Amino acid sequence: MKHIISALVENKPGVLAHVAGMFAARGFNIDSLVVGRTEDPDLSRMTIVVIGDDRIVEQVRKQLAKIIPVVKVQDFVGQPVVARDLMLVAVSCSPEQRPELLSLIEVFRAKVVDISQKYIMIEASGPEDKIEAFINMCKPYGIKSVARTGTIAMPRYEKTDIRTPRTEDDKES
Amino acid sequence: MPGASEKSKKAIISWNNIWTDILRFSKIYGSDLVYQERYNEVTSKSFCSAKIADQSLIKSGAQIFVDTLIDLGVDTIFGYTGASVIPLFDAIDTVCKVTPDVSMQYYKDVTAPLEQMTNYDRIISEQFRRIKMSEKSSNTRTGAQIVVDTLIDQGVETMFGYTGGVVLPLFDKLYDAPINFIVPRHEQGGCHMADAYARASGKVGVVLATSGPGACNLVTGLATAMMDSVPMVAFTGQVRTDLIGNDAFQEADITGITRPITKYNSIVKDVEDLERTIREAFHIASTGRPGPVLIDLPVDVSLSKCSGNNSTEIKLPGYHISGKGHTRQISNAAKAINQSKKPVLYVGGGVIIANASQELRDFAEKAHLPVAMTLLGLGSFDQTKPESLDMLGMHGSAYANYAVQESDLLIAIGARFDDRVTGNIKTFAPNAKTIHIDIDPASISKNVKVDIPVVGDAKIILKELTKQVEYQEREEWFRKIAEWKKKFAFAYDKKASNVKPQYVIEEICKQTKNKAIITTGVGQNQMWSAQFYKFIQPRQFISSGGLGTMGFGLPAAIGAQIARPGELVIDIDGDHSFNMTMTELATAVEHNLPIKVCILNNGYMGMVRQWQELFYGRRYSKSYLKNPNYESLAKAIGAVGMTVNKKSDVSKAVEQMLKEKQPCVVDFHVEPEENVWPMVPAGKSLNEMNGLDILERLI
Repeated sequence: MKHIISALVENKPGVLAHVAGMFAARGFNIDSLVVGRTEDPDLSRMTIVVIGDDRIVEQVRKQLAKIIPVVKVQDFVGQPVVARDLMLVAVSCSPEQRPELLSLIEVFRAKVVDISQKYIMIEASGPEDKIEAFINMCKPYGIKSVARTGTIAMPRYEKTDIRTPRTEDDKES
Repeated sequence: MPGASEKSKKAIISWNNIWTDILRFSKIYGSDLVYQERYNEVTSKSFCSAKIADQSLIKSGAQIFVDTLIDLGVDTIFGYTGASVIPLFDAIDTVCKVTPDVSMQYYKDVTAPLEQMTNYDRIISEQFRRIKMSEKSSNTRTGAQIVVDTLIDQGVETMFGYTGGVVLPLFDKLYDAPINFIVPRHEQGGCHMADAYARASGKVGVVLATSGPGACNLVTGLATAMMDSVPMVAFTGQVRTDLIGNDAFQEADITGITRPITKYNSIVKDVEDLERTIREAFHIASTGRPGPVLIDLPVDVSLSKCSGNNSTEIKLPGYHISGKGHTRQISNAAKAINQSKKPVLYVGGGVIIANASQELRDFAEKAHLPVAMTLLGLGSFDQTKPESLDMLGMHGSAYANYAVQESDLLIAIGARFDDRVTGNIKTFAPNAKTIHIDIDPASISKNVKVDIPVVGDAKIILKELTKQVEYQEREEWFRKIAEWKKKFAFAYDKKASNVKPQYVIEEICKQTKNKAIITTGVGQNQMWSAQFYKFIQPRQFISSGGLGTMGFGLPAAIGAQIARPGELVIDIDGDHSFNMTMTELATAVEHNLPIKVCILNNGYMGMVRQWQELFYGRRYSKSYLKNPNYESLAKAIGAVGMTVNKKSDVSKAVEQMLKEKQPCVVDFHVEPEENVWPMVPAGKSLNEMNGLDILERLI
């Protein structure tokens, strides 16, 4: 099962190496790992997507918490959460294909960030499955390159039923 | 195998020059395998022919390893055996035989430099004088001064370390400091000394080494301390901050290297952060589940001056320790204990670290529980009591293992369900409910799913539990245990005419009245010490458990003796464990420490030989080495040396050894092929022990 784990860490050199090293040494698999600054300059947030059964993920959580510069660890599984990936994708696109691709971009609420004779660069964000779907839709045009951030996430403040079908993306707009 | 004998001869020739060649030709591939490109033409052909002969077989991983090395043109390998590499050595043995006669020849070279030992302390002090610079300004201190002042402030009385280029500023300040400074002959020895000093005293052990090679030599010692949760602070020198990352002389990324083997480490790049970092290091090392902390100190930080306006308060937002334990879980645990018919206490080193031995004894007595201990837990409970089940696990007592397997409740305290304790994890204590008391939440439910977890300090929780438990007779359970204890006691052939290693240990135990501090090497010597010396006090048995570091015994004895000067410290060592760090005997002589070293000399790496006997058809691949004459060696270094060949001399030799006031090495020539029984083969259940028939016959 996929777990999104959020770790608040001290903004010090070596912390990322420590976390990554722990994952490697203990044989845990990282699906994605994103690090970025937070509202507090002394703290960074790492959002780590891990695949594994409950026992493994419990160990991941405990071993993360054990690392001294790791301040707080949360596993978002089972709670309503907003999870997003950001992607830049360059797609082959002749001037004739542009209208068609632009309408696709609109459907996915993505946007064009660069355009040339042969390519369009598109910025898309959203839940991981939406990004995957968008990549699939772009494939027939020819994808030149993809850059993705991996998932970042934040729990919702209003705790809604977790079994509600995923509609965050609609609510957002 | 055609070609093999011809090839063997060639391989033997190449082994003759190991020590000179290792310096000239070696390139390191992987962690400890070194190869040289000599005799390439001569031997590669014969290696190939040996390989072709083997091609019809289905290959094991070990065989693939050897074949691939041969394919790559490797014709000589340097290495040392051990449990997890026995299959590799077995495969190596198929294509390359090394006779003891050959290994003997390079041994002579090892012993030579010992006679040229010089007084390092004297050299260091001369260096001090040359570089000593008086500190003119009284308000501002240099980084080096801050280190020394903070160490004194933290209560450090003794530290261990070795000098070098980038730590000269520190050593200069230490020259005048009221700190007892012990210089080992190798940084690894110093690290083990600091480790054992901590284990014997409960204080934080401190070690200091220079950058690059000095720092790298601490690695084994730090990993040893990490695995056994020993509070230590290690300081390493580092090259100037502006040179870091440039592959400067004696530069090593020691924080990167030691990150997985320390509880925490950091590099101090600004002198303003130095005092705070040292205070944090001592706090982290000594609290919660203790462990080693490393501080890397660039030389320019040691030399630069601190403004004095900096904050020295500990700032560790990510470090929390839960001490008291969850009240409801504690009462659940007490309830389970009160209801249990067949409980067993499973006590680990955590109880000793928490200074909770008295609380454990009170608790076990009040609730009336049998106590099984791990290797590192030995001493937490008085082993002369009938409730003691002694050690459990791979070479534990049959009665402890049977009791655990039959128990309906397992109460683990400060233990971590290590594979050497549990055997096959799936069939471990199959009928038992499990209570696990540990200060490290990550230890709980790591290997075994626990029913009642209690996170906290063993001392506090045991006190609370003692209040809540009731005395239960459990007559039937204790009767069964007594039967097992009688039927499957540890035993050896007392009628044998030669010196049995177990007999030596029993004799030491008898003559020291169970009171000596015992350190050990790793392997058979360690297991026999754990089986045949009955410990009565905590911090009495000092051994490398988790990492299993050969060579730990001698430096550990030195560290323990320095920590507890008035007491009797004995290193019960194996010959090859001793060989690994025997240079530290010079340190013991220099400080005139009355440590005793009892070498159970069987010529083999005994435990490896035992595995080879049992699982590899007696093919003793690379587990025999020719030893030096330890008596002469000890005398050359300035210690007392003795050799014991006869059973009738053992008692007298031990008596004489105990009278010695200076370092004393006794070389016991013991039965070479004695085995440790019982034994749970790796991957088997605890109750599937080998050797019980042998024990029954001997009792």
